[in-house]
Amino acid sequence: AAARGCGGVWRRACQRGAGGHSLAPRGQRAVACNARGGAVPPGKSGLAPWVPVVGLEIHAQISSNSKLFSGSEVQFAAPPNSLVSFFDASLPGTLPVLNRRCVEAAVMTGLALNCSINKKSLFDRKHYFYADLPAGYQITQQRVPIAVNGSLSYSLCIDNKMSQMVTKTVRIKQIQLEQDSGKSLHDDTRSQTLIDLNRAGVGLMEVVMEPDMCCGEEAAAAVRELQLILQTLGSSQAIMAEGQLRVDANVSVHRPGEPYGVRTEVKNINSIRFLAKAVDYEIQRQIEELKNGGTILNETRAFDSKLGCTVPMRDKEGKQDYRFMPEPNLPPLILYNAKSLPANMNHQQVVNIDWIHERLPDLPSVKRAKLVEQYGILPEHSFTLMSEDGLTEFFENVVKQTQMKPNKVIGWILNDMLSYLKQHSLTVKESPVSSFLLADLLNLLEKKEISSTAAKQVLAELWKGEGKTPLEIVKEKKLELIQDQKELEQICQAVIDGQENEVIMMVLE
Amino acid sequence: AVLRGGMCPQVSAALKEGRVTPTELCQRCLSLIRSTKFLNAYITIAEETALKQAEESEKRYRRGQPLGVLDGIPIAVKDNFNTAGIETTCASNMLKGYISPYNATVVQKLLDQGAVLLGKTNLDEFAMGSGSTDGVFGPVRNPWSYSRQYKKKSVPKSHSEDEESNWVITGGSSGGSAAAVSSFTCFAALGSDTGGSTRNPAAHCGVVGLKPTYGLISRHGLIPLVNSMDVPGILTRCVDDAAVVLGSLAGHDPKDSTTIQDNFKPFELPNLTDVSKLSIGIPKEYHAPGLSSEILALWSKAADLFKNAGAKVTEVSLPHTRYSIVCYHVLCTAEVASNMARFDGLEYGHRSDMNKSTESMYAATRREGFNDVVRGRILSGNYFLLKQNYENYFVKAQKVRRLIANDFLKVFGSGVDILLTPTTLSDAVPYMEFIKEDNRTRSTQDDILTQAANMAGLPAVNVPAALSERGLPVGLQFIGRSFQEKQLLTVAKWFEKQVKFPMIQLEEVKRHDHDVFQHQQSASFS
Repeated sequence: AAARGCGGVWRRACQRGAGGHSLAPRGQRAVACNARGGAVPPGKSGLAPWVPVVGLEIHAQISSNSKLFSGSEVQFAAPPNSLVSFFDASLPGTLPVLNRRCVEAAVMTGLALNCSINKKSLFDRKHYFYADLPAGYQITQQRVPIAVNGSLSYSLCIDNKMSQMVTKTVRIKQIQLEQDSGKSLHDDTRSQTLIDLNRAGVGLMEVVMEPDMCCGEEAAAAVRELQLILQTLGSSQAIMAEGQLRVDANVSVHRPGEPYGVRTEVKNINSIRFLAKAVDYEIQRQIEELKNGGTILNETRAFDSKLGCTVPMRDKEGKQDYRFMPEPNLPPLILYNAKSLPANMNHQQVVNIDWIHERLPDLPSVKRAKLVEQYGILPEHSFTLMSEDGLTEFFENVVKQTQMKPNKVIGWILNDMLSYLKQHSLTVKESPVSSFLLADLLNLLEKKEISSTAAKQVLAELWKGEGKTPLEIVKEKKLELIQDQKELEQICQAVIDGQENEVIMMVLE
Repeated sequence: AVLRGGMCPQVSAALKEGRVTPTELCQRCLSLIRSTKFLNAYITIAEETALKQAEESEKRYRRGQPLGVLDGIPIAVKDNFNTAGIETTCASNMLKGYISPYNATVVQKLLDQGAVLLGKTNLDEFAMGSGSTDGVFGPVRNPWSYSRQYKKKSVPKSHSEDEESNWVITGGSSGGSAAAVSSFTCFAALGSDTGGSTRNPAAHCGVVGLKPTYGLISRHGLIPLVNSMDVPGILTRCVDDAAVVLGSLAGHDPKDSTTIQDNFKPFELPNLTDVSKLSIGIPKEYHAPGLSSEILALWSKAADLFKNAGAKVTEVSLPHTRYSIVCYHVLCTAEVASNMARFDGLEYGHRSDMNKSTESMYAATRREGFNDVVRGRILSGNYFLLKQNYENYFVKAQKVRRLIANDFLKVFGSGVDILLTPTTLSDAVPYMEFIKEDNRTRSTQDDILTQAANMAGLPAVNVPAALSERGLPVGLQFIGRSFQEKQLLTVAKWFEKQVKFPMIQLEEVKRHDHDVFQHQQSASFS
């Protein structure tokens, strides 16, 4: 539901532009989205530049013990078809029963994304035949979704410099609750399809972002921020590799002042890095297509991460008519606030928006501001801290246990520790050096018992994870700084006494 | 003799006093089912489990700890309710041989109260029909076809013809359940009612057929026709029995989000002595085209009966009734198209051997699994749901549905307690005549008087009123306010008492049971 198509305009634009305007050659990053939201620069002909438009549809799997409408457990990588209730398998006569936790997760997410929460939302059936959709329809919220009209602020750096960050906003059109489908596994050698219904019926939040972005980098930054918010709320684990966060991108390009171009939908994007690549590739492809006098088809394309390009998805049926219909087995979903809460209603039966609002945790943006204020670190440092799961906590724990100033601690965390972890593909939790050990080490440094160079040596030892304390390593390797003036004088004297000539020479040099 | 009466108080008392044991009762019902097999009322007879259940019940009675009035009572269930371990077919090739892993909530509730489940009763395929003639297991025959009452009056006219061609339909789609209750093979049966599927066969078979308020009884486990109108129906021999079964089934079910939240209190029906405070409405729109003069006369006779007893009887208007059928057609087929989508041959049910592609397998499975009626409704339903048609058909039909419901609200708001209408346009027609028209035409005609109550979700009950000139049962319908089943059934019970509907005199069964004539009663009321 993003860019509206207008093929005619494109044809005119191309005719007008006939005469060899050229864009940046292939390979070069033509879609220079420079965070200021600019369009692609004009070609030599002086024709108006292209304006890429990117909208996103994001499916976030709700983190809950059981599915959206059934009691079966939700679990990643369980044995096939081991988490399937009668309802999930669409046995005749079974009925959906809405999972309260999923509703609360959607309300939480809606509030965090500044949405209006609809006090009354409705469920609909969306029909299509597919082997991993056992009922022949998906229960979703087509007419009145649970949350609408929100916004998401995200930041990205200009020209890849961490020191130059800008904040942008993308409007959130809606958040709707819906069922996930099962999984089809095609066995081509035996020409059969195997169905796993473990995922069938798991709760999803579909977050629809308006086409307010203009390049892959923006899309990636917006999704990254959303991911952090979901993880902070706990409403979704949002791990893309496990399919808990799935992103479809709607991409179109047009001339400034003209209507949006025909859009394509890019699917099959399974990491944030690939999202940026896929969007940029698709923008570039569309521009070249139009530049060469072609037209853009309103089609679904898949991103091939190996080839780094998008390819049309074979869609035999063409346009589907989903034959939406109200779901007759679920009454309207009614939510309450403190004012409208009925006095004599069972608490198990109601979801109170205000109650959820009051209990929202600090969102990443607030946490970042607090980190900057509380510890005197730079804003870009707060971004790095927040972007690594558990890193903020680690940092704060170190700060608590050391006399070193936070703005000095941050360097050790971001430069030494983080790069080590990245090098070895470790998460913060897997770090062989605990916050306690690092604090210990930094305390030695702070008390000037060791030099900064020595501290790095100790840290290198600590990574080995041999269970030694920093002090033990310092002693073992004799890395202590000597603080006693007399002792130093004595050492110096001894050196001078023994090596008089050399000392004099050194002095002379 | 115990077999012929209602469940309460006769059979319950007999069981309690040990005059009959649950096993004896079960065995007698099973042997009756066998001797009336030609009626084709049952699709599956669960002899083994029934006898086991009866045995368990017997133990409870011996210990003096029966579970309640229903303990040991033989019942039957329409074959579109899921029954764990017993085939559930919906009279369709699609589900032939399908054994559900779970019990419908209503089935479970009956079993929990000690009822003995004899078997699953016949119906139109997926409950789509009004004759119980369109199922894969063949048509159900109305037990009254074999009654002395019918033979005396109808057979002489056509004695030259083969007796075979004279039998009449049960109505439907719960015809198997109605026939089962009417032929004494069980004391109560579950039907389902979407447009009249419980009340219509009840009227044709001379039994009580109750369609409770939408949301009062759980639909969990009922294989849906139209989710927004389906209600489990209750078929019994008398109004008191219907109240007892209702009491055992009604109330919130966490597995059905459309059931009421409030607790339901089972009730006993009082014997009404004074109807002077009662206001009966006679909706003029139910004087529908095609209404037989016989039924019209019976209807006004019934109105007079109330008037003469002191009740206030007034003509009322439900102006949107005439749009009800066409509106129902749109809403029904749309939901059918959606509900039937799950039958694709993958998870359960029939799967075609065609395996060229998943799509061709779907198509072949559905062509082989569904009859023409079901396929026709799927086709038109999908048409109404197309993006370009949705506003013009589905949304409009929903609006009309609201108007129909509002008609009832207005009438009840004006002080009317109960509406009195005919249940069917005529008495049951012979099968040979019935099949001259197609299913759609028949359903349109036959649901006309019953179907508005489903649109509005209101409780309605068929009460047998008299025998027609041809010696066949004719019923009248009472429609009540939402969730006012007690008031509705109290009035129905009063009416039942006045009309003294005659007991069926089954010739075929007579050979097996000489008690048949013991309960003869007068065949008319006036």
